Amino acid sequence: MISDVDIPVAVAVLVAACVLFGAFLTMVGCLGLARLRSFYLRIHAPTLGTSFGVLFILAGSVLFFTVSGGRIAVHEVLIMVFVSMTTPVTLMLLARAALYRDRAARSEELPLWARNPSQAGAAVVDVVSAASETESRS
Amino acid sequence: MTRRLLPYPLLVLLLWGMWLLLQQSVRPGQLLLGLVVAFLAGHAMAALRVPRPKLRRLWKTLELFWLVTVDILHSNVAVATLILFRRHRAETSAFLLMPLKLRDRNGLAVLACILTAAPGTAWLEYNPTTGMVLVHVFDLVDEKQWIERIRHRYERLLLEIFQ
Repeated sequence: MISDVDIPVAVAVLVAACVLFGAFLTMVGCLGLARLRSFYLRIHAPTLGTSFGVLFILAGSVLFFTVSGGRIAVHEVLIMVFVSMTTPVTLMLLARAALYRDRAARSEELPLWARNPSQAGAAVVDVVSAASETESRS
Repeated sequence: MTRRLLPYPLLVLLLWGMWLLLQQSVRPGQLLLGLVVAFLAGHAMAALRVPRPKLRRLWKTLELFWLVTVDILHSNVAVATLILFRRHRAETSAFLLMPLKLRDRNGLAVLACILTAAPGTAWLEYNPTTGMVLVHVFDLVDEKQWIERIRHRYERLLLEIFQ
């Protein structure tokens, strides 16, 4: 089926570039997911793939099907909406589970002030007050 | 009256748009079917008795959307570079606890999604009694700068939209 479509070379190059760049970002995200040291670091990596990784792949898809299909293909926007709405929810759920487990185990992963939810706050008051000082000055 | 007939007008409108995008057509049949589905979904939502979010200054969402897109792009580049080219990464990542003025649940949900969707930051925990949020930052160089950024870029706009 793919061999039947005929699109200009320039568009084909652009589509390929979009898809490859999106795939590259997703791969870097996967690499980070596999190689980073702690859970809280690893939670950052996959969002490369779910933000601009997927955006570039979808841009390639929109371009390809718009040119080859002869009409504007925009339903890829929905994929973007769904992915960007669901991924943070999953990641937050995982992060909270990790936080809960690390607190229960008094893990070294967490700084001392963050190990107890009720105490978290006292140790950072200086940072916060410093920040609000700069805010009031500006 | 309109409220009972159409409890969540924006939701119904967006669902209708989603239906038409999925069907890839604006033929009268699909228009009607989509409207019926969206209308029923609006009433299903009403049965759940979710408090209606009070959205104000809707045009500000465009500004927020643009800001978030640009920031996520920067964040993508920064995190990808760090993963690929830096050996010692663990030192600069840190937990950040900051107070929020934003109390609206929907606004907080949006802020949580923004921060988690950006590769550089992850929302971990919000304490509704103290209004403090715990965020993990991938590359935390200057704590104050991050707090300022979250406050001035996102929270300011979300306060205008939701509160």
